[in-house]
Amino acid sequence: MNQQTLITFVWLIPLLPLLSFFTIMLFTRKHDRLSHTIAIGAIAISFVLAQIVFWNAVTGGTHEAAAPAAVAEHSAEAPAAAEGEHGYPVYVESHIPWLPQGVNTLNMGVLVDPLTAAMLFMVPLACFMIIFYSVGYSNFNKKRDAHDQPGFPPHRGREPMYARFFAFLSLFAGAMLTLVVADNLLLLFIGWEVMGLCSYLLIGFWYARTYPDPNKITPRQAAVKAFMTTRVADVFMLLGIAFLYVSMYQITGQSTLSFQQIFTPAVTHVLGQTLMWGIPVAFIIYMLLFIGTIGKSAQFPLHTWLPDAMEGPTPVSAMIHAAAMVSAGVYMVIRMFPILGGTVQPGELVTFTPMIIIGAFTALFAATIAFTQRDVKKVLAYSTISQLGYMVAALGMGAWVAALFHLITHGFFKALLFMGSGSIIHGVEHGMHAAHEQHETSAHYEQVLEGRDTATAESAAPADHGHGHDEADPQEPDLDPQDMFNMGGLRKKMPVTFWTFLLGGLSLAGFPLFFAGFWSKDEILGHAYSYPQFQIVFWMLVLAAFLTAFYTMRQIALTFFGKPRTTAAEHAHESHWTMLLPLVVLAVFAVIAGWVGIKGDMPFFGLINGPLAGSGTPFEHLVEPVLETTIKPEVLRFNWLPLLIASTAGIVGLILGWWIYGRKPLAAGQPDPLEAKMGGLYVLLKNKYYLDEIYNYVFVQPAKRFAVWMGDVFDRKGIDGVLHGIANGALKVSLAFRSFDTKVVNGGADGLAASIKSAGHWLRDIQTGRVQNYLLLVLVSVVLLIALYITLFS
Amino acid sequence: MNFDFRQMVLTLIFLAPTAAAVIILLTPKDKTMFVRVVAATATFISLALAIFTFLTYDRNVAGYQFQALAPWVPSLGISYHVGVDGIGLVMVLLTGIVGFMGVLISWNIKDRPREFFAFFMLLVAGVFGVFVSLDLFLLVFFYELSIFPMYILIATWGSTRKEYAAMKLTLYLLVGSIIALIGILAVYFSAQFQPGMLPEGMTRTFDLLLLQQANIPIEVQRIWFLPIFLGFGVLAGIWPFHNWSPDGHVAAPTAVSMIHAGVLMKLGAFAAIIAMRILPDAAREQMPLVILLVTVNVVYGAGIAMVQKDFKYVIGFSSVSHMGLVTMGFATMNQVGMNGAVLQMWSHGIMTACFFSVVGLIYDRAHTRQINELSGWARYLPLAAVAFIIGGLVSMGMPGFSGFVAEFQIFMGLWQGPFFGQIWYYPIIAILAIWGVILTAGYVLRIVQQVFFGEWDPHKWHDLRPSNFGDKLALITFSVLMIIIGIVPSLLMNTINLGTASLMKLLGG
Amino acid sequence: MTTNQLVLLLILFSPLIAAVLVVIIGKLGDGAAKWSALLFSLVPLALTIYLWIAYQNAPVENGGFKFVFSVPWLPQINSNFTIGVDGISLSMILLTAILTPLGIIISFRITDRLPLFMALLLGLTTGMFGVFMALDLVIFFIFWEIGLVPMYFLINQWGSANRRYASFKFFIYTMAGSIGLLLSIQFIWSALGTYSMPQIAAQWPTYTGQSVLGIPIETVKNITFWLFVIAFAIKVPVWPFHTWLPDAHTEAPTAGSMILAGVLLKLGAFGFLRLVLPFFPQQAAQFAPILAVLALAGIVFTAFAAFGQNDFKRLVAYSSVNHMGFVVMGVAVAAAAMGNPEYKQYGIIATNGAVLQMFAHGLSAAAMFALVGVVYERAHTRDLNQLGGLWKIMPVYGGILIFSAMANLGLPGLAGFPAEFQVVSGAWPVFTFITLLSMIGLLMTGAYVLKAIQKVLHGPANRELLHHAEMPDINRREIIALAPLLVLMLAIGVWPYWLMDVINKSVTKLIGG
Repeated sequence: MNQQTLITFVWLIPLLPLLSFFTIMLFTRKHDRLSHTIAIGAIAISFVLAQIVFWNAVTGGTHEAAAPAAVAEHSAEAPAAAEGEHGYPVYVESHIPWLPQGVNTLNMGVLVDPLTAAMLFMVPLACFMIIFYSVGYSNFNKKRDAHDQPGFPPHRGREPMYARFFAFLSLFAGAMLTLVVADNLLLLFIGWEVMGLCSYLLIGFWYARTYPDPNKITPRQAAVKAFMTTRVADVFMLLGIAFLYVSMYQITGQSTLSFQQIFTPAVTHVLGQTLMWGIPVAFIIYMLLFIGTIGKSAQFPLHTWLPDAMEGPTPVSAMIHAAAMVSAGVYMVIRMFPILGGTVQPGELVTFTPMIIIGAFTALFAATIAFTQRDVKKVLAYSTISQLGYMVAALGMGAWVAALFHLITHGFFKALLFMGSGSIIHGVEHGMHAAHEQHETSAHYEQVLEGRDTATAESAAPADHGHGHDEADPQEPDLDPQDMFNMGGLRKKMPVTFWTFLLGGLSLAGFPLFFAGFWSKDEILGHAYSYPQFQIVFWMLVLAAFLTAFYTMRQIALTFFGKPRTTAAEHAHESHWTMLLPLVVLAVFAVIAGWVGIKGDMPFFGLINGPLAGSGTPFEHLVEPVLETTIKPEVLRFNWLPLLIASTAGIVGLILGWWIYGRKPLAAGQPDPLEAKMGGLYVLLKNKYYLDEIYNYVFVQPAKRFAVWMGDVFDRKGIDGVLHGIANGALKVSLAFRSFDTKVVNGGADGLAASIKSAGHWLRDIQTGRVQNYLLLVLVSVVLLIALYITLFS
Repeated sequence: MNFDFRQMVLTLIFLAPTAAAVIILLTPKDKTMFVRVVAATATFISLALAIFTFLTYDRNVAGYQFQALAPWVPSLGISYHVGVDGIGLVMVLLTGIVGFMGVLISWNIKDRPREFFAFFMLLVAGVFGVFVSLDLFLLVFFYELSIFPMYILIATWGSTRKEYAAMKLTLYLLVGSIIALIGILAVYFSAQFQPGMLPEGMTRTFDLLLLQQANIPIEVQRIWFLPIFLGFGVLAGIWPFHNWSPDGHVAAPTAVSMIHAGVLMKLGAFAAIIAMRILPDAAREQMPLVILLVTVNVVYGAGIAMVQKDFKYVIGFSSVSHMGLVTMGFATMNQVGMNGAVLQMWSHGIMTACFFSVVGLIYDRAHTRQINELSGWARYLPLAAVAFIIGGLVSMGMPGFSGFVAEFQIFMGLWQGPFFGQIWYYPIIAILAIWGVILTAGYVLRIVQQVFFGEWDPHKWHDLRPSNFGDKLALITFSVLMIIIGIVPSLLMNTINLGTASLMKLLGG
Repeated sequence: MTTNQLVLLLILFSPLIAAVLVVIIGKLGDGAAKWSALLFSLVPLALTIYLWIAYQNAPVENGGFKFVFSVPWLPQINSNFTIGVDGISLSMILLTAILTPLGIIISFRITDRLPLFMALLLGLTTGMFGVFMALDLVIFFIFWEIGLVPMYFLINQWGSANRRYASFKFFIYTMAGSIGLLLSIQFIWSALGTYSMPQIAAQWPTYTGQSVLGIPIETVKNITFWLFVIAFAIKVPVWPFHTWLPDAHTEAPTAGSMILAGVLLKLGAFGFLRLVLPFFPQQAAQFAPILAVLALAGIVFTAFAAFGQNDFKRLVAYSSVNHMGFVVMGVAVAAAAMGNPEYKQYGIIATNGAVLQMFAHGLSAAAMFALVGVVYERAHTRDLNQLGGLWKIMPVYGGILIFSAMANLGLPGLAGFPAEFQVVSGAWPVFTFITLLSMIGLLMTGAYVLKAIQKVLHGPANRELLHHAEMPDINRREIIALAPLLVLMLAIGVWPYWLMDVINKSVTKLIGG
């Protein structure tokens, strides 16, 4: 396929979902069917185009990029351009002038290199599935229900803000795809931030929702929390970009952030060798960028927003935690990793210690929290944090390929798990309503019904809305449909969901040999194992792997096995096919996606792709050219030992999980068995180490107080005080003038006048104003004065 | 002496009102309308002639034009000599305008209109006379002539404390003028002329043009410069001799305050610069001292204006402040500054006349001038409000209005300093005086705020009646003039510049 | 006089003429007045667009300006009425021309003396055009000051509760600031004998002639520099001269705030670029760090202050100060670049950013104030704690508010971002540490914007409020008034090249890169 068509395709991939966002928002927001058709259509086409581009890339090999020439036109001198021209592997490249800077111009465009290609395989597929899934999730098959109001989750009918939901998802997908195909860091950042906005909008999608429990975070608070926490990181990332931008100018004399021009030996060498505050500039820049990732990919200590983000609708959780946002964080550091190439001698292993520490710690830390959570989605949330920790640690250790590989497999199985959990919750909620239909007379239902009726009244007359008691969502039944302890026995009720969830779970748990998660995780562990300096990391990750397997099994057991613990679970039933289809599709990839990561030199299994792979893995061969120009990673031989250790950890974890939760299922209302065993530690973990409370106390509250002080005290009392002081001073002086004028100046004159008056009666004649006297006076005085003068001057 | 209109015109300008005065005094009491018409016609004729002179003044020749010279008391060297240069021309035009508008404004005056208009005509005539006369004796004569109608107008038709105010005004101006007169006599006696300079059989002269060329001993100059300058300067309200003026303003009836603040005070400044003409050497030495006094005027006047409670007092003191700027302009002793001073005389004349007519309009209806008792008048007299606001902007030196061009040049003059070399404290004076502008903005906004825009309560006032045609015409004319000159200052500046140029030449610059 | 010069003159004076006409037409009734006002306000817009197109390939005349037109104004003081434009001023003129009609549309509902209101709005426009066009210091000063008058009356007459205090403060404070400006331009004149900006820019920096009060000329230059800076700093406003702004904005009528935030503040920043930098390169370079620190204070403190507000409009007002802080930061970098050739490129980048920020903030601030006005018109309160849950009741309004708020927050993809990015990257190598700290401000920007959105749109609606307030969704007229702003925000955010191409050339010339 010719280059021009490919270029058009690549441009279209992000553009279509973005357009669908605007189309829906501006024109079709009233029509649900039309809207979701547009949204799904757009993402579907993007998906197809992405596949075309991907396969072209894989088969077609790289082309010479036209880019540097174009840049050279704008730049005074073009050495960097020349550098950019050879070496860096480019399939598709195209850009437009974006920001003129003095004599040269900052360009923006799209770029497909192996890394992008790999992402283009996973991201559009996942997004497509998620948006498709949303049709069922938002109850498209049902009619609108008068009880459902915008701003509250629907319970009986279709999502009231149906079209808006699809618009936001499209924008989200569009932003993510922009970020993937970006040919420079700035465009990547644009996608990155727009995604931040989307997560804000979608987490807070049910913006009016409130809970009886004041301590339970509401969607809108969660949204603000997510946005602000990530923004903390983003401002640092912005600095990093700025720093890189000016460094690029210093080095190449051009205004550019294009990856091709950054990842050239010349540039990375300078960045690696010049010091600032005694640290290589490359490290500083990369650290600043990495802080961005800490926020976006919810690494410790900025991870707290992510579990709360579960307040959003489930497809959003899938979008945020699997396909898009959090992946974006890791993708960015993976993308920028070659910048460190210049910091070591060629051939040495490039590592970045801060990432190892934070990654490994997060992986373990999050896993410990995960296995104390009751909320089915919260468990997955923490497991996401932990898995991302894996990737970050891997990248820090220089396991570039492994990190990327795990990113992609994780994308698949985590999306699957989230949507599975969504399906579960959906089922349970339906179960609840079904249950209510049955016990028509139960007091509990009465009360709920009343709740509904007030709701009806309110939805009928919006002017009546939002008074005292409905601070709490009037439609929120008192039972939490997300609490795993309210479930159980769903295996029979929701078979498809069960089987797909199981596959995803095993993949996450790293069940040996078949599942994608296993291969990617194994590659990371293998890498860690084969370097003596990473031994601690290795064991930390193994422990994390064990915990992962444990809580996965805990989740599966609590949810699907045993007897239903509530009437709701009792009456739960399988979800709509539009929700199940994506599960099935993703389940397939959750298994096979890992196989391209099997090392060719692995006995027996290697044969799967031995011929393609040679010693490394096919995946390696696909993506590694990206590093060619900057980093030359050594291909590790296959090693049984870490593989065995990893598998054991996984299996032991699973067994232990089953032992505690599966063997004798919990009865209704029975507490978590671990609670008794672990005591205080359990409470600590259940409360996420109290980090939220600490942050609130240390950062949020002081900031608020300072803000109020700044606005009301400092400005109004302080600065304005000075101004008013000056004004009053002027007034005081004026008053002084006046009294001086009336007393001294005027008084003096009057005194004089009075004395003259009394001096002679003739003056009274003057007062009568008789002209002749007056003239006479003048004449007389003149004569007198002439006389006086003559005596004086002659 | 051949009768050429260009020679007659100045004489006619001040004869017209004089004649009117006589006619009016001769008409029977009840013929009010006739009286008004006569007054209006006379002032209109003067105005027309003033405009004529302004238009036909030959700007290529410059110097004194429209001269008429006739011997009067040759033995004493007193002659009837009139003529105008760039400065006088502008002043005559100003007087013409303000005089005519004054008549319009006081159209409906109730109390003894016949006498009122008679004296008013005399007043106008006297003012014209001062601006056109080139013979010092004649000048002093007109000067006194314009003072005494003032006295009667205020004492008879005035308001609050009118006797006191009239008395005070007369005393100040009288004493001032006498001192000035003495000074002039001193000059008169001590002036030495090159042979052949004076006409046959004349040893001494009051003729300004001749005295300008005469050689006057330096010590005489030193002694008599300040007496003459300040003596006349009293009428320009130079601190600390300014005190008669606010009281006078307040007491005087509207039309009189208009003439008084609008024109009469300029008379002081105009007469004062005579001293600079005839005693240039002393002027160079002593003007830098005068400037110290007038600096006080500028800030002090504005400050007091800001804390006044009586509407009219505010304007009275603002005049003190602005006249201070006029004298300051002359005291800069360079052409830019003097240009500014003359333009300031003009713009203050129009502005303050406008102010007083507005105050008059409101006072006639409200019968109070207490600022905090008045409010919301913009609702009832929108035109008056607009006119006042424009006047206010002029007085705070808002760019785009005549006041700015004037003050801007005065301050430029301060920076540039005297032509014979910068004096160290001139820039400091600029920095001090500029604060007068801020204070001005302060009190103008205060009045606009309170008097025109507060709550409007029609039931509070019993004597409400719409403003008549004359008032409207006056206000519109003033407003237009203030804006026009602000936008196209060169209309006047080209003329003024000629006058100041010759003045600078006399000073040796 | 060429056509383009004529067009320039028309742009400058047509609003003034229009103002007079509107008052006259107003006699026929408000309807006629408002529509004619709108019609007239479109004239300068059309002409500006024409000029924008003509600008690209017009010949550059003295001092890098185009369409220069000059007639003697006051020969006695050697001052000419000289006007012309460069890329910076042209973009500002475009902004003004765009905002005026929108301000007029948003004020259609006004009932009290509408013709006068419209006339003042139009008159104000001439004042602002004049400042952007003037190439002679006296003319510059005239337009600079005259703009105060209409704005004073807009606030004083059509403002809300505390309008007297606010308008008085605004007027006197700004005027006091420009006093120093007046004295120093006169001092420059007394030294150079000219008011022509290009000439002064050419001669003043190297001037070493007679001084005043025996103070060394360098000191005098420093003083005049600071007088200039303070005059403009008050207008921008630079922290800590900003306290007039929240009051003025809060009290002003909607259209007033739109123009005030949209254009009037830009006059100050424009003054920095047009006068301070060219006239005082050495001083600018010398004092750049101080400017940067003030900018930092503005960015951080006012962001906090905004976050602390509970009055919707006051919050937005503070956000203006906060955003102008980035403009000042850009100017500071440019100032530093004046002295150090090393910094030239950074200066260009940052100044590009500053100018773009001026434009972008003009759009977003205007939109935000319009939106505040919309909700105030309905709810009759601006107290954030009174509002809430409006998204459900006014969905379209909610969407537009979020869009504008995000532009205000500097979300990539919208106008604010390229500006802030450039300022930050330009500032980083020059004022590394200050830039680092300024990020706190950027963070808080997010905080207060989200606070506003959450308090207004999210959560349960305030029943008491809804009982006595009719809350219809944003109507067509208001949408029409906002749409152009939204479109432009997006257009600039997605592809700033079309705008920056014009700005960049002039900025490059200014910094001399």
